[in-house]
Amino acid sequence: MTTIERVSRPYAASLVEFARNRPEVYCLSADLTNSVEIDHFKATFPDRFISCGLSEQSMMSVAGGLAREGLLPLVHTFAVFVTRRPYDQIAMSIAYPNLRVRLMGFLPGLTTPGGVTHQAIDDVALMRILPNMTVVDCGDATEVETVLEATADVDGPVYCRILRGSVPRLFREPLELGRARVLEVGNDICLISAGICTGEAMPAVAALRAKGVSLGHVHVSTIKPFTDEALLEAVGAARRGVITLENHLVTGGLGSSVAELMAEQAIGTRLIRMGLRDTYAHGGSLPYLLDFYGLAARHVVSTVEQLTGEHFGIELTPVSGDERGPVAERAEAL
Amino acid sequence: MTEQATKAEVDRVAAAVRNRVLLHTIENKGGYLCQACSSAETLATLYLRVMHLGPSVGPLIPREFDGVPNSGRPAGSGSAYNGARDPDNDRFLLSCTHYSLGLYATLIEVGRLDEHALDHYDRDGSTVEQIGAEHSPGVEVTTGSLAQALSIGLGIAFARRERGDRGRVWVYMSDGELQEGQTWEALSLAAHHGLDHLGVYLDANGGQCDGPIRDVHEIEPIVERVRSFGWDVHEVDGHDTDALAAPALEPVPDKPLFVVARTCSWRGIPSLASRANKHYVRFRPGEDELALKDLDLSPEEARS
Repeated sequence: MTTIERVSRPYAASLVEFARNRPEVYCLSADLTNSVEIDHFKATFPDRFISCGLSEQSMMSVAGGLAREGLLPLVHTFAVFVTRRPYDQIAMSIAYPNLRVRLMGFLPGLTTPGGVTHQAIDDVALMRILPNMTVVDCGDATEVETVLEATADVDGPVYCRILRGSVPRLFREPLELGRARVLEVGNDICLISAGICTGEAMPAVAALRAKGVSLGHVHVSTIKPFTDEALLEAVGAARRGVITLENHLVTGGLGSSVAELMAEQAIGTRLIRMGLRDTYAHGGSLPYLLDFYGLAARHVVSTVEQLTGEHFGIELTPVSGDERGPVAERAEAL
Repeated sequence: MTEQATKAEVDRVAAAVRNRVLLHTIENKGGYLCQACSSAETLATLYLRVMHLGPSVGPLIPREFDGVPNSGRPAGSGSAYNGARDPDNDRFLLSCTHYSLGLYATLIEVGRLDEHALDHYDRDGSTVEQIGAEHSPGVEVTTGSLAQALSIGLGIAFARRERGDRGRVWVYMSDGELQEGQTWEALSLAAHHGLDHLGVYLDANGGQCDGPIRDVHEIEPIVERVRSFGWDVHEVDGHDTDALAAPALEPVPDKPLFVVARTCSWRGIPSLASRANKHYVRFRPGEDELALKDLDLSPEEARS
């Protein structure tokens, strides 16, 4: 098995490069500067770093004011604090006037060591239903590195789920807004995954295909707008069923988007949405939580087995700590 | 301060605003009249003596509603009534947009809006909304969800300082907004960043939707509280236009300005004093005549 390349702090460096020739870029921080990897920006462009402290509600309206004056504010904190506490401020101070603000949400879903208070399990749903909002869920280091460039021309607000620390590189091509990545083509089943789930599912997809399952796999990073023809094509090709897999509730995010697409396009195939099912989660390591809540590679295998009615006898080796990166980087403090 | 008005002129405009809003409230069978009573002098002072604004670039007859902001359609045009954007010009953000009726009346009296503009008020398809949005005349930001304008103004003031603008940013707030946590987040951060070209006029009329603020959720002592957050705070008689104008003349370096305008929500119309609901006035039969009498207006003027 080939070793997956890992990139340390992909956001930190790409942000500085993005801002270097864009004097309009300002960073807003809510007391988590190192934790959201904007310390490098702060050191490089101290005059364009606005420390807001613990005041997320006001910070969103401040960002709206900055954007009204032609600056490009990038608001940084954990995904859960971006989206829940200041929701009305995002809706009225940013989304309604369609302002160019970038909301950068770190530690999405179960990727945080912080437990339930820190787990953004509904952030995609909350942002997706806001008119004027664009929503991107980054799935690897390349997407984290290129999301700012990919969304630079969006005439309105963008919410981005960002991965931090040691992040695997799955893709070579930069993120392209509105374009899904067709990783595998198949005619029986189509797996559509987003965020970290794509990397988690890859070993399962490879094993299932090796057993002869005609399994397609599509990675979606742009959750809104959800208009890519390639997605429709992949879903339409799946004769026996479609599976969605997301680091989020199955409601309001990727699974709902695919369900809406299938209903509106009259694609009458079975759909199984994998993700958190009407439950909050609890604190623990990512591998433990993915397994506990049914989002691990082995659950992809069992879901495909459920759709095909066959049993493939696939044994997936649990990913060891070493392959997931240095322990010191995994057990990240908040 | 576009052209420095005399006290007599400011007072005339304030009185005309109050008259116009009363007549409109009678005709419309309801309105945010008490907010106009408390704010008339402050709004007149802001427009005629405090704010440095260019001439209106909005149409005298208000635009019809033609869509909300989205891709390809920029944020609202209500600020056009406060003049073109210019580094030297001030900006005005109405935070408590249920005061829009008073603002529209002020724009009419200072010549920035047609005298019949209130005929569009609360009509379907009109931009002259009850709770103004940023397409509404004079309304720059959509702040009907209270206590967001101060933070937005903070962002605008920060960006303008980065750009080297000389114009100031004025936020007009109501005292009930001091109950919102966001207000204190913004007060704290504006002082931290020393935004001395940001100023607040607070309509301290002591009332909110549920009744007197002291009964609902006391917010005093406002002056001491805001001062302790690092602002240059002045407490003035909110119906004395000279007193209202004075604090804006001498900005304190590195400190944002906060003017607490102590006001009365039945100013000029004492027959309103005993009303339980002052948040939105609907006259019962006979009450409108008492109010007209308070302002020396005749029923004929109400019908004209």
